[in-house]
Amino acid sequence: MFFDSDLLMSALRALTPILLAALGGALCERAGVFNIGLEGMMLMGCFTSVATSWFTGSAWLGVLAAALAAAAYSLILAVGTVTLRGDAVVLGIAMNLLAVGLTSFLLRTVFGVQGTFDDPSLAGLPLVGGFTPLAYLAFVAVAVAALMLSRHVWGLRLRGVGEAPDAAATLGVSPAKYKYAAVLISGVLCGLAGAQLALGNVTLFSENMTAGRGWIAVVAVMLGRAAPVGVLLAALLFGLAEAAGFRLQGVGLPQQATDAAPYVVTLVALFLSTARRRRRTANSPSGATT
Amino acid sequence: MTHTQIPRISGVLRSPITFSVLAGLVIGALFLVGTGADPFTAYGAVLTGSLGADGIGSTLSTGTSVLGMALALAIPLRAGLINLGGDGQMVLGGITAAVTGLYSPLPAPLTVALALLAGMAAGAAYAALAALCENSLGVPLLVSSLLLSYPAVSLASYLARYPLKEPGSSLPQTRAMPDGVALPAFGDSTVTIGLVLVVLAAAAYWFTDKRTAFGYEIRMTGLNSRFAAYAGVERRGLTLKLMSVSGALAGLVGAIGVLSFPYRFVDGSLTAPGYTWTGLTAALLAAAAPFGTVVASFFFAVLAVGGLAMERTTEVPRELTQVLQAIVIVFLAARLRFPTKWLRFGRRTQESGAV
Repeated sequence: MFFDSDLLMSALRALTPILLAALGGALCERAGVFNIGLEGMMLMGCFTSVATSWFTGSAWLGVLAAALAAAAYSLILAVGTVTLRGDAVVLGIAMNLLAVGLTSFLLRTVFGVQGTFDDPSLAGLPLVGGFTPLAYLAFVAVAVAALMLSRHVWGLRLRGVGEAPDAAATLGVSPAKYKYAAVLISGVLCGLAGAQLALGNVTLFSENMTAGRGWIAVVAVMLGRAAPVGVLLAALLFGLAEAAGFRLQGVGLPQQATDAAPYVVTLVALFLSTARRRRRTANSPSGATT
Repeated sequence: MTHTQIPRISGVLRSPITFSVLAGLVIGALFLVGTGADPFTAYGAVLTGSLGADGIGSTLSTGTSVLGMALALAIPLRAGLINLGGDGQMVLGGITAAVTGLYSPLPAPLTVALALLAGMAAGAAYAALAALCENSLGVPLLVSSLLLSYPAVSLASYLARYPLKEPGSSLPQTRAMPDGVALPAFGDSTVTIGLVLVVLAAAAYWFTDKRTAFGYEIRMTGLNSRFAAYAGVERRGLTLKLMSVSGALAGLVGAIGVLSFPYRFVDGSLTAPGYTWTGLTAALLAAAAPFGTVVASFFFAVLAVGGLAMERTTEVPRELTQVLQAIVIVFLAARLRFPTKWLRFGRRTQESGAV
């Protein structure tokens, strides 16, 4: 059997970092901040979690430090776009570049190695029922985010800030405050995503180890239309593609083909979803008149 | 004469670009102090290592790739389009040029020309595909170009590792080009005629930007796309054209890479130096202006090559130069500039003089 429980398990493992990052991206999107710096924030989380886990011997302190470091890093985006009204796209790209440079630089200065830091005594995250606790946390976060956005006054205000900042401001809701909060939360979530990647999925740090997952998360936000459950489904699609890729590699398909699979699947999913949306918007006026 | 020069100089000083570059250098210096190195020694090593007799050749050959990629990204950027798929387009250009070089039955000089054209065509076609994704499928260019890049890099990697692999070699590389299938180099340096091609491309971009109606349309779209659309600029066609040119340049960089030392396609050798991202950084720093893109590319080539010299003399990892680049763009993106207060005194007196 190709689709069995093992495949689903490895799909779930692959989706966790994407899901955490994409959830943060979705909150930003809802608050009206386009966040394409997810990749860089995740990478900062990867390095910080590994460095902290190595020096303290505790993977949990690594997770905590990753969340804090990525949140601090996300402040660049918050200050740059909300306070200084800079260009979010350029800033996001720059943050991704900076993270690659900074983590490679720190890898050399802190550990004195180039490429990969890999040590058997590096503490990784424990597994509970085959998954790290962060994987469970990711699903809880989806539920919490969905409830907050649909029911809680904080979530409603956040959406208001994203959709009509002027109207929100006249009602006494500070758009800047909500935007900062959304970006900081996305930083925390990306930090956790990075920790999951570096201490959960594997136990090592290597240069640019996020390898485009942050960008997949950005696409997952688009695919899921910035709704937590939609983002979950999009991340699941990516997880399945990655897991199926590994499986096919076992059957003898070259690694290059399976490496590319998640990106191709994501792109195709994006085509299909935008095509459907377009058809619907094209049909709706005529449907209304008849 | 000084009356017109003073405001111009203070304008340059207060420009976000100057501020960003200075801020980058200052923060870089802090990093250097943090690692226990003397910033003046380190920056001195960057300059002597990249512009000295030993380094200038390397700077110019790195500059060829950086400028090529910077132009590839600047041209669509001028119209507000961001092409993030440079890696894929460059690598496809490189592998296509390699296949052409290896299997073309033509005499060597014609094969070189054919390989360059084939590389450009492959890059252009792949970039056009990303443009079609935006035009007819509604996937934003930023995302379609980036996501398309990964399968292209994987495909080239597969070709270099399996069907085209050099027999008997343990390295993931194709066979070397046949005799004479190479871009002519200047003396015994690694600088090839590729530099001339890329500089010609920059000149053509400058001319189009400054002197032609098409260049005006591009700039107008970048400044205000709705106004440009109202004025009759057809956005989809423009996207397709600009992306094709962009991809062709990226493909050219790939082809130049294959037709220069080591005269073959080596898996990862085109993407590993990060020309795409350095090029994007240069294009962003220059706001895609033609002359500025050339200057910024040279600046980043100096940083990249000088970083190696800095690593040798101060033992500070060369990745610091990558950090520097990114910091410059972070500051620029936030549109920080010198606080006007600092320079207000000069401006006041000027205004009162005018009154």
